[in-house]
Amino acid sequence: MTGAERIVLKGGRVVDSRGERVVDVAVQRGVVVEVGEQLSGGRTIDASGCVVAPGFVDLHAHLREPGKEEAETIETGSRAGAKGGYTALVAMPNTDPPQDSVAVIDFVREQGKRAGLVEVVPSGCITLGRQGEALAPMAELAAAGVRIFTDDGNGVQDELLMRRAMEYAKGLGVTLAQHCEVATLTKGAVMNECQCCTSLGLPGWPSIAEELMVFRDIELARLTGARVHFLHLSTARSVELVRAAKRDGLPITAEVTPHHLSLDETRLTTFDTVFKVNPPLRSLADIAALRAGVVDGTIDALATDHAPHPRRDKELTLDQAPPGMLGLETALGVALGVLDVSLTQLVRIMSIHPAQIAGIADRHGRDIEPGAPANLVVFDPNATWQVEPETLASKSRNTPYVGMTLRGKVRHTMFNGDITVLHGEAQR
Amino acid sequence: MKHLRSIDELGHDGVVRLLELTRHMVEINARPVPKVPALRGKTVVSLFFEDSTRTRLSFETAAKRLSADTMTFSVSTSSVNKGESLRDTIETISDMGVDAFVVRHKSTGTPWQISDWTNASVVNAGDGWHQHPTQALVDCFTVRQALGVERFDGLTLTIVGDIKHSRVARSNISAFSMLGANVVLVAPPTLLPPDVAHWPVTVSHRLDDVLARTDILYMLRLQSERMSQGHVPNLREYGETFGLDAARAAKLPSTAVIMHPGPMNRGVEMLVDPSALPNSLIHQQVANGVAVRMAVLFDLLAGESSTAHLATVAS
Repeated sequence: MTGAERIVLKGGRVVDSRGERVVDVAVQRGVVVEVGEQLSGGRTIDASGCVVAPGFVDLHAHLREPGKEEAETIETGSRAGAKGGYTALVAMPNTDPPQDSVAVIDFVREQGKRAGLVEVVPSGCITLGRQGEALAPMAELAAAGVRIFTDDGNGVQDELLMRRAMEYAKGLGVTLAQHCEVATLTKGAVMNECQCCTSLGLPGWPSIAEELMVFRDIELARLTGARVHFLHLSTARSVELVRAAKRDGLPITAEVTPHHLSLDETRLTTFDTVFKVNPPLRSLADIAALRAGVVDGTIDALATDHAPHPRRDKELTLDQAPPGMLGLETALGVALGVLDVSLTQLVRIMSIHPAQIAGIADRHGRDIEPGAPANLVVFDPNATWQVEPETLASKSRNTPYVGMTLRGKVRHTMFNGDITVLHGEAQR
Repeated sequence: MKHLRSIDELGHDGVVRLLELTRHMVEINARPVPKVPALRGKTVVSLFFEDSTRTRLSFETAAKRLSADTMTFSVSTSSVNKGESLRDTIETISDMGVDAFVVRHKSTGTPWQISDWTNASVVNAGDGWHQHPTQALVDCFTVRQALGVERFDGLTLTIVGDIKHSRVARSNISAFSMLGANVVLVAPPTLLPPDVAHWPVTVSHRLDDVLARTDILYMLRLQSERMSQGHVPNLREYGETFGLDAARAAKLPSTAVIMHPGPMNRGVEMLVDPSALPNSLIHQQVANGVAVRMAVLFDLLAGESSTAHLATVAS
């Protein structure tokens, strides 16, 4: 039962869409009940020196259940999310079976409720089995509450099918999230196509494989009027294309991952498979363009692409190891370290915008005021900590930030008024 | 030296050291009984995840001539696909007591991964399109021997063919450049890597334009799958534009030498019988392969007293 107890977060800097102010926040029965100075009564949690913000929303989490519970479960992924300050995770549909039926969607959502650490928001497949051949039953899935559809891991290659998907999605009022990758251009690719891959003799992953599909889908969105979200953009030219599309007023949004903002292609020179990821780590120029895209608002959201893999899968050779890296527990620290943005802008890209894109803005990413659901994060933007894989809540260990010192640490997370993380420790 | 994984890791001094050591091994190989006890009690495992006959036999012969015990572990990549982790394979074999792994794998970087998982030395016998350092040492040694020079200053090495997918090319570009050679690459743009501008080479797309200024002509093997992948329209056209025929051989300076890492595709990149070319070094390359690999294994495994040790085996 969500807390009948009154909890007061004392002395924090409250940051939401309206800016920031130092004020106390009282929570009871799952909602914010009072915001003001010198609040008292109930249990007090010290938030001085910390930011109090709407809980983070991740548009892009691979929770691996059902099908690959060796890597992560909805419970362990939810715990990793809560420790990272998240109150909602959009679960990617590349499960086994995939999230292309109401039964699987319901299962994922129920497992999320059972874990009770965050809201698990299932995305639906655009095409059956993510095979890119026939549309998934999008209306049925939408009726079951799905607001965002994607074949993540696969881009929808067929132009006609993508056009139909957009037209159909428009009728349902849902968003299509595209993994932009023209598959014929990236067959066997391991790393960014660059000077580095030339010397290492690794099959290159050209930027244009992403940019061609970004361009195609911008034009299809222009044609159909569908809402399109671009997953994990990684190149300078992609950012430029999205900037121009937004200038034209198209209903386009875009996300970037912490790793594409912080790590460059040369990480692969050690042949460490932890740095193999799709899309690949790119050049320093791409990183600079992505950061600029966040600063000027071209990029709407920071999304983790949290992709757990068991140790034995990452101990394969570079060509065989699966792409992907952990992200939920390090996203805040990485973002604060690499982005030159205000705290308000940080809260926009980590909470407010992703909640809007995921279609859950009624309960996440809301301004902190009486009546708002108590989905909150309390973090210290100045605390430093070292990433130690053994301390991660995720079931997997494939973090690229091993041993690195990050600035910005989640102290407490509150989901529907329940404390899920207290002093950095998960409470369930 | 603990491992031999790439020419760049080996560096100029390492290359020269191994080339000098190879001379002693050539001398051993010329004896009536070409066998010395230098590595008695050492175990060398050939771990070939990719088909190879000549390189594997060359390494095994080298190990046996130094009296090392050899084991061969041939693995099809399909067994790895079935889910066995490379690390498990390496740790299992290491537990048997192994001094060196000789590794060939179709994936770049495998020798580096393996060296993280074993205390044994690792010799790269070819990783993906990346490196094949012993082939480069063989080629440098063969040129030194044939031309009677120690350094290659003023000489032009022309490498022709599928540079993009060639670990031999990458290793040789590094090794020959270290020894002072100018390197020219000749290939259609589809068979060049995407960012070749940063390499210490010049690039041409016309073989006929560079033959007259070539001292060492190095022909690479063109695999027929490059045609199905659309890198070249067909093998006949490739042979006509980039193959070595008698007319092209005649355009080389009289002092120029011709090399090929084998196996040759006759009728594709080799349109002339190499045995008909007086300046072909192709047989010497194979012969020197054993001596170079003896030098490498000796350098890795003979231990700290290796110089003194060498004096005893070479006397």
